[in-house]
Amino acid sequence: MSDKLMKAEGLSVSIEEGELLHEVSLEIGKGETHVLMGPNGAGKSTFGYTLMGSPQYTVTGGRILFEGEDITRLSADKRAKKGMFLSFQNPLEVPGLTLESFLRASVRAVTGKPVKLFAFRKELEETLALLKIDPAYAERELNVGFSGGEKKKAEILQLLLLRPKFAILDETDSGLDVDAVRVVSAGIEEYQRRQEGALLVITHSTRILESLKVDRTHVMVKGRIVYSGGASVVEGINRDGFEQFISSGEE
Amino acid sequence: MNIFDEDRRFYDFTDDESGFYRLEEGLSPEIVRQISEEKHDPEWMRDFRLKSLEVYNRTPVPDWGPPIDGLNMEEIASYVRPNTSMQGRWEDVPEEIRNTFEKLGIPQAERESLAGVGAQYDSELVYHSVRDEVAAQGVVYTDMESALTGEYADLVRETFMKLVPPEDHKFAALHGAVWSGGSFVYVPPGVKVEIPLQSYFRLNARGAGQFEHTLIIVGEGADLHFIEGCSAPKYNVANLHAGCVELYVKKGARLRYSTIENWSKNMYNLNTKRALVEEGAVMEWVSGSFGSHTSYLYPTTVLKGDRSHAEFTGITFAGAGQNLDTGAKMIHLGRETSSFIDTKSISGRGGISTYRSSVQIMAGAKGSKASVNCASLMLDSYSRSDTIPAMDIRTSEADVGHEAKIGRISDEAVFYLMSRGIPENEARAMIVSGFADTVSKELPLEYAAEMNNLIRLEMENG
Repeated sequence: MSDKLMKAEGLSVSIEEGELLHEVSLEIGKGETHVLMGPNGAGKSTFGYTLMGSPQYTVTGGRILFEGEDITRLSADKRAKKGMFLSFQNPLEVPGLTLESFLRASVRAVTGKPVKLFAFRKELEETLALLKIDPAYAERELNVGFSGGEKKKAEILQLLLLRPKFAILDETDSGLDVDAVRVVSAGIEEYQRRQEGALLVITHSTRILESLKVDRTHVMVKGRIVYSGGASVVEGINRDGFEQFISSGEE
Repeated sequence: MNIFDEDRRFYDFTDDESGFYRLEEGLSPEIVRQISEEKHDPEWMRDFRLKSLEVYNRTPVPDWGPPIDGLNMEEIASYVRPNTSMQGRWEDVPEEIRNTFEKLGIPQAERESLAGVGAQYDSELVYHSVRDEVAAQGVVYTDMESALTGEYADLVRETFMKLVPPEDHKFAALHGAVWSGGSFVYVPPGVKVEIPLQSYFRLNARGAGQFEHTLIIVGEGADLHFIEGCSAPKYNVANLHAGCVELYVKKGARLRYSTIENWSKNMYNLNTKRALVEEGAVMEWVSGSFGSHTSYLYPTTVLKGDRSHAEFTGITFAGAGQNLDTGAKMIHLGRETSSFIDTKSISGRGGISTYRSSVQIMAGAKGSKASVNCASLMLDSYSRSDTIPAMDIRTSEADVGHEAKIGRISDEAVFYLMSRGIPENEARAMIVSGFADTVSKELPLEYAAEMNNLIRLEMENG
């Protein structure tokens, strides 16, 4: 079936020290918002990184389909060109590379077209304003000396400018104060509205979910998805934590 | 065929050597006399050359740096000059030579408002022009040979190889014996040269050494930016470059000296550069070392005058088969002098990059400050980077700081950029260009662009 935008089929992932994900399956349709929750160390970020094509992880079983095409062996840049995006939990610092020239290079790479400078500048300025980022940051070195909140806002800035079809948000809300969460959420809503963008929101808190319409929630424990269901499970987790799921991960 | 060889075609081109004058290979007093005669040296210079040859013959090859045993002096033709005399206008330069320079982008650079171009083809200057307004300010910019008999002949005699005496090391002595070509610049006191002066030289003939001499004197309170760019075509026979740069920065003057060297991969680059900085004067070095098989390069600044200041910003890129030993040397003599070294070295594909520096603060240099900041980036796990910073502080009244960073290119940062659609080799090049940014920022725009292209070229072979 190719009406699903992204499908992970029985995905197993290893690093040298052992297997981290065990036959994980998950499907996300166009414009849908899914949440992936679970305790620390469950493998949520590993899953996100693997979907994006991090060479750090080796796929030992299963496959990843994007718009019906097997992308399991594609490099990350090719996945990005197909419309995938990963907002990093810890965005990397690249000294000497300005945010603006990085964004320009990325937009050019993803679209495969030269960037129209004037239009790009205008969109950049508007998006910076939307995310309440000081315009001077465009000339700052990528993530260098950015606070945790600023780094996350810069990730959402990239999300909005690159216009992917599917974005993985890895702990985008962690370490943010209330105001920053609000700004970031507004950015994500803008992405959903403008692009009909699909989302996989990886989180272990629920604050960011308050303003997002969630289609489906998955709980991962010890490298396995142990529960998939409607948005209501979030309330249960809020109340009782992940205890109810832990035993199911032990099988 | 690999991509790298394909892309170096813009740099590795050679012209037909026919019609060029070429001396016998190897070195003897007869050859040195012949060079001297051919160049119409004044008597003192002929004697200086012969004396330097004696020093050369009795001085051993340095044994403390990268190996240079692949270099056979007997095979090096010391003097090859093009079949052309000095030219004042670009249009008058022979077409073949002009084509070579055009591939190197010189006329463009000139159009971009560079003040003068002294381009050295093999050992002679073939093209030389100084913009009228600069000449009108009394600035002398000429080839070294003309300077020996020109308006400032006495000044040249007083200063030539006084900062870098032939006794300094074997290749300084060799230079003294066979030097040929190069630039002389004199900026009269108080004159501020608004636009940078540029010289561009490169090697061509097979097996030919290059021994150009650069002598710059910036008068009291004057200001100059001089840019030297080098590129050479690739050959299979060992090539030698033993140039010499002497810079005199007078009281209250400022000199910025920028170079991007891009030698062919068989070049032994044994260059000596030194500056003497007087009271309250400022010396700024910007140095990019690319290419060559082996390099020894440590521009030295002697902070002689009180409150004199020097900055050195440098980058070195060592790729496959390259062993580049570079750095800087600061000697503080005057009181309240200050120096600042900021270097970046990159090594990839098994290249060896060594940062070697020396900061000396003499007993009399009270209240002086020195800061050394060196960072190394290795592009893979089989390249090598070493850091050898020496400090010799002879007064307690000095403020000295040192920071060294050494690291490998971050796979996660590469993945980060790739996740934004940027292909791997471009992502790596962006990270390396970013690492080099402190140096590119110091360069004029077209040079910064050229340096980024060089970085890209060097990395594309990965």
